[in-house]
Amino acid sequence: METNLALLLLFAPFAGFLINVFFGKKIGKNASGYLGTAAVAVSFVVTLFFFLQVSSTKKAISVELFEWLNLQNFTVGFNFLLDQLSLLWLMFVTGIGTLIHLYSISYMHDDENMHKFFAYLNLFVFFMLTLVMGSNLLIMFIGWEGVGLCSYLLIGFWYKNQDYNDAAKKAFIMNRIGDLGFLIGIFILAHIFHTLEYTNIRTAVENAWTIDRTWLTIAMLCLFIGACGKSAQIPLYTWLPDAMAGPTPVSALIHAATMVTAGIFMVTRLNFLFNLTPDVLEVMAIVGAITSLIAASIGLVQNDIKKVLAYSTVSQLGLMFLALGCGAYEIAVFHVITHAFFKACLFLGSGSVIHALHGEQDMRNMGGLRKVMKITFATFLISTLAISGLPPFSGFFSKDEILMTAFHHNTVLYVIGSLASIMTAFYMFRLLYLTFYKDFRGTEEQKHHLHESPGLITFPLIVLAILALVGGAISLPGASWLNEYLAPVIAKPAVHHHLGPTEYMLMGIAVVGALVGIGIAYAKYMNKGEVPPQDSEIKGVAGLLYNKYYVDEVYTAIIVKPIYAIGSFFKNVTEAAISGLVFGFGKAAVFLGKQGGAVQNGSVGFYLLIFVLGICAIVGSIFLIK
Amino acid sequence: MENILQEIGIDNYIYLSTLLFCVGAFGVLFRRNAIVMFMSIEIMLNAVNLLLVAFSTYHQDAAGQIFVFFSMAVAAAEVAVGLAILVAVYRNVKGIDIDNLKNLKG
Repeated sequence: METNLALLLLFAPFAGFLINVFFGKKIGKNASGYLGTAAVAVSFVVTLFFFLQVSSTKKAISVELFEWLNLQNFTVGFNFLLDQLSLLWLMFVTGIGTLIHLYSISYMHDDENMHKFFAYLNLFVFFMLTLVMGSNLLIMFIGWEGVGLCSYLLIGFWYKNQDYNDAAKKAFIMNRIGDLGFLIGIFILAHIFHTLEYTNIRTAVENAWTIDRTWLTIAMLCLFIGACGKSAQIPLYTWLPDAMAGPTPVSALIHAATMVTAGIFMVTRLNFLFNLTPDVLEVMAIVGAITSLIAASIGLVQNDIKKVLAYSTVSQLGLMFLALGCGAYEIAVFHVITHAFFKACLFLGSGSVIHALHGEQDMRNMGGLRKVMKITFATFLISTLAISGLPPFSGFFSKDEILMTAFHHNTVLYVIGSLASIMTAFYMFRLLYLTFYKDFRGTEEQKHHLHESPGLITFPLIVLAILALVGGAISLPGASWLNEYLAPVIAKPAVHHHLGPTEYMLMGIAVVGALVGIGIAYAKYMNKGEVPPQDSEIKGVAGLLYNKYYVDEVYTAIIVKPIYAIGSFFKNVTEAAISGLVFGFGKAAVFLGKQGGAVQNGSVGFYLLIFVLGICAIVGSIFLIK
Repeated sequence: MENILQEIGIDNYIYLSTLLFCVGAFGVLFRRNAIVMFMSIEIMLNAVNLLLVAFSTYHQDAAGQIFVFFSMAVAAAEVAVGLAILVAVYRNVKGIDIDNLKNLKG
């Protein structure tokens, strides 16, 4: 029963994918869209069933299908593990997934390849479920690669635009670098523990006293590199902002709410191992904090509405890694969940705006949409308040807990995180003011066509906005449902600080910081009514930020160009040496053939002469040898 | 038998057969008429036959002579086939000069 249900949960999106791939064009756009949505909705319902069961029984469900690999002392089973952590993840993957599918029916309706879009989305959900449900690292790796593939397919969905294709390739290659680290980490873990099952590794860790710390540290570092690739951390973060080339629902589902949190999922999954390597955790905290600050600072000056949100995502992921690095896994998970709500809502809201403006993404050409798009504006405002960290919105609770943990861990990291938060509040309100307030700055024709998006688009927005509003309730300070729920999968719970004067002061600082950020944005864009200058006029620090610290250019100069140089060098060498050799053999054969052909002159007399001479030579040689 | 070999030494047979063989070989090489070449081949064959018979007697071993019978029988068959080929060649190229047989040249 449980096995069948788990298989239904996993394979419903896959069935949706198959049908959409093979019959999508025949059944028509609407049918294809609703089918894709229904497939994910089925998964959501089954997940809900399991979720309720596990939260009441508190016992993880293990589904064993078959033995996949069997080497002498190393077996890998094709098993799934539905425990508290994976079910929590499944809840928001399938839940938000369903909403975004629903949204896409309307959003993608004018696209001729709509069935393909839904096929890819379904396939993505399938791989994400595999990633989350797997009971060992190898199955997680299948999902890990699969979501990377779907991300590639969906970023390059409008494949006729070469820039989009390049962005897709960039995402794929950057992810591959991380994946290599992940794979090496898996190999080392397999070598140390002779198993890849989470439960077995955990038992081994709890029982064994002697684990080679050096190798374990290397393994965890490799896994962290994998997480960096998937979750867009320094130095592998540059693909995520470019990934916004894909359709907006894709950005919401894959590049904000679900796939990019896979790295956090993996770290949380293996928290009992990461606990053993404090050095790696320290690296993680530092990388997370720096990523968070750098991405937030880039977000300050971006003018593309989706780019701002993309850098904001990178920044928030950085905060999550900061929490992970402090050993506060539950808090990172908490932020993953609240972030999924408000960031999905923000992306879908921006999609709604882009939809209304017929593809316009530059905020300099927006403004005044508040009056026309009331629902979009209201949901966007709630999510913006949530991400800025104002109480009582969900983002406040999760971000505050992260900063509090960071404060007790390391003051420098706390300051960096707080700065990033203030910047977040600023650029989010900058985005809000530029998009929804003042007067419309686009063309007359666009103004004429302005309209609120249809119900299929606004419904997911409303649901997500409500979740963004109340999502913080799952882990209130002092009385956290989430921490209790996750207790069985977290080996060492985060230190929960008593709510004393320090904590209230920190909360106060966070709120004041957010208000300062909002205040600056208000003064600049509401009071003075500034509009960001044109690209050519952006100079100085702003220019540096606007050009993303020239990281892409640096990568091009120090990595891409040398690789191309090596490539063209070897191309020339092989061209000259190997091809020259091969062609040389060919030419020699042709030359010899021509010479030999001259002997075949057709004169019987000549043949006979050769024949006789040959016989003479043979006979002569026989006698001579004797 | 012994008398013949006593009167004419085995070396004379060798000389004669070598001579015949060379005559045949040069005939094959230097004549252009297919029939003459054919005859030259027969001379070479018979040179060998002669030598076989001579050595057979010399070694008091009949096997050589029996071998010659076979050789002659095969030669007869070969002549029949060879002449038939020549007739066919004549019909095709109106002549039996081997220099005309160059149709197969690539």
